Amino acid sequence: MRQVLIVGAGPAGLAAATAARAAGAGVTLLDAADQLGGQYWRHLPAQRAATPEMAAEDSSADESPAGAGLLQHGRRRFQRLRAALEADQQCLIRTSSQVWAIERTGDGRPAVHMLEGPPDGRDRRRSVLTPDALILATGAHDRTLPFPGWDLPGVFSGGAAQALAKGERVAVGHRVVVAGAGPFLLPVAESVSSTGAAVVGVFEASHRTRLAAGWLTRPWKLAWELAGAGAGAKLGELAGYAGNQLRRRIPYRTGMAVVAAHGIDRVEAVTVARVDSNWSPVSGTQRRISADAVCVSHGFTPRLELAIAAGCALNPDRFVQVDADGRTSVPTVFAAGEITGIGGADAALAQGAVAGHCAAGGSVADPAVAAAVRSRARLRGFASRIERAHGIGAGWTDWLVPDTLICRCEDVSYRALGDSAAATAATGLRSVKLSSRAGLGICQGRICGRTVEELLADRGRAAGLAAGLDGASVDNRPIVSPIRMSELAAQVSAQPPGPSPTQSPEAPREEC
Amino acid sequence: MTQGPRRLPAAADRVGPRSAKTVTVSLDGGTVTGLAGQTIAGVLLGSGVLSWRRTSTTGAPRGVFCGIGVCFDCIITVNGDRDVRACQRRAADGDVLTSQHDLLPARRPAGYNSAGDQ
Repeated sequence: MRQVLIVGAGPAGLAAATAARAAGAGVTLLDAADQLGGQYWRHLPAQRAATPEMAAEDSSADESPAGAGLLQHGRRRFQRLRAALEADQQCLIRTSSQVWAIERTGDGRPAVHMLEGPPDGRDRRRSVLTPDALILATGAHDRTLPFPGWDLPGVFSGGAAQALAKGERVAVGHRVVVAGAGPFLLPVAESVSSTGAAVVGVFEASHRTRLAAGWLTRPWKLAWELAGAGAGAKLGELAGYAGNQLRRRIPYRTGMAVVAAHGIDRVEAVTVARVDSNWSPVSGTQRRISADAVCVSHGFTPRLELAIAAGCALNPDRFVQVDADGRTSVPTVFAAGEITGIGGADAALAQGAVAGHCAAGGSVADPAVAAAVRSRARLRGFASRIERAHGIGAGWTDWLVPDTLICRCEDVSYRALGDSAAATAATGLRSVKLSSRAGLGICQGRICGRTVEELLADRGRAAGLAAGLDGASVDNRPIVSPIRMSELAAQVSAQPPGPSPTQSPEAPREEC
Repeated sequence: MTQGPRRLPAAADRVGPRSAKTVTVSLDGGTVTGLAGQTIAGVLLGSGVLSWRRTSTTGAPRGVFCGIGVCFDCIITVNGDRDVRACQRRAADGDVLTSQHDLLPARRPAGYNSAGDQ
């Protein structure tokens, strides 16, 4: 039996697993979390399961009745996908499984190194899988641009606020400001509001004129328009958010940004300001708002490190390049979901289904994936529409002050980064990383990396250099997740490298 | 103004979470309680604790930032194991949590041993 390994159990990974099984392959589904669903379908743990979730188990309708969709959209679809995979003997689900490296082997198959056990634990079980085909569905995380005070406790990414609401029922504060750019701000505000916090405002940096180019002038109208254009549940979902926004009277302001957070050891207030169409703050428009939490998200960054380690080519927009099958430039490796473009959960489901089917040996022309192919085509413009409407404006750097932290891990300020670059007469990423330490910390540049790249590119342009960078990429992280020396040592002492003599021919080769 | 993060009481929650057992952990010697199934970050934030780490260079306080295991701002020592992401690890009853303030190498006194090193 052909063996397909899937990394990431969000919408794309779950759809891929389902399709690969339907096409007759054996499936191993990995996720670093201890529950399935990814960020989109994050849910309360079994010990605290929400009442509607328990009640919804035996329903066949795709959407829950009013109210039940509060924490998860399309939750019944999730429950059906999960239940079928959990009941399937040929689908091996391995949660709490962190892939920490991928190597390329001589026969073209990837060797996937994983650790199984509590996150950042000490004695996690190490193994290496070499599947016939690998599907990467690693998703994306928030991109938050730096601003003065963004390192204060009480400043959260939008994703954090949502994860705490969905998975913990924890409110990040009492008076909460939501800011940044993109349609994701609406579900963030919705989640925060569902925890009993007052959302004092949603501040979208994009101007109405720009939103109109990508969407429509009013966010609650865009949803209906696009629903009419056939984007389906995604837009029904946005319409739901917009409706709730209106109902609860959460002010939604466009062309405005949080340009500073204030407080000593915690957020006590933020400054919002009008920004011009390039996101540069307009002087004289600053206004201070009392708040004990602020949730900021300016877009998403794809989680590319595994794809890069596997040798997959990226496209010019820095997403994983895939063909109609969902196949990357490496024939044994497929990709689906946000690492191929920020398109939302419905696009991820469709891409996952196609990739799963083709990774199992099927063809994109097969009737089994006709619906997914149609859905994928319908949603194709979504990512570019988001970028057109909400893409980061280059003027944001005007809200930085010399003391603003750029790299949170290594406490590198805007001034220190510039001083380092000036002192070494460098605009190259590699040298400035080493001299300033920006991007060298424990997050491996996941939070500041692209910002550092852009700031250096700005300096390069100012210095008259055509390309400021030296070809280094912040997305390249051969060791994807920290592994303790004791865990590395345990492997070496336990067994020499090479295939395990006890491996089953029916399962991906594994060595422990 | 009442301030800070907190856990929404189940009785006030429209999603009606099933009632769960409490878990009790210690943070730097003090006691913090949460609910079974919560992450360490969930337990701490749910009890109003907003930060539990200080950065090496400036000593600035840090807690949860990204909430999904990406930023490592929330790392904490759990039962002697350093650098555990609080937003990823589920709390277990009796966990001994120690906040981290790792000094830069040049500032470490003789014999300095950062928390949890074996």
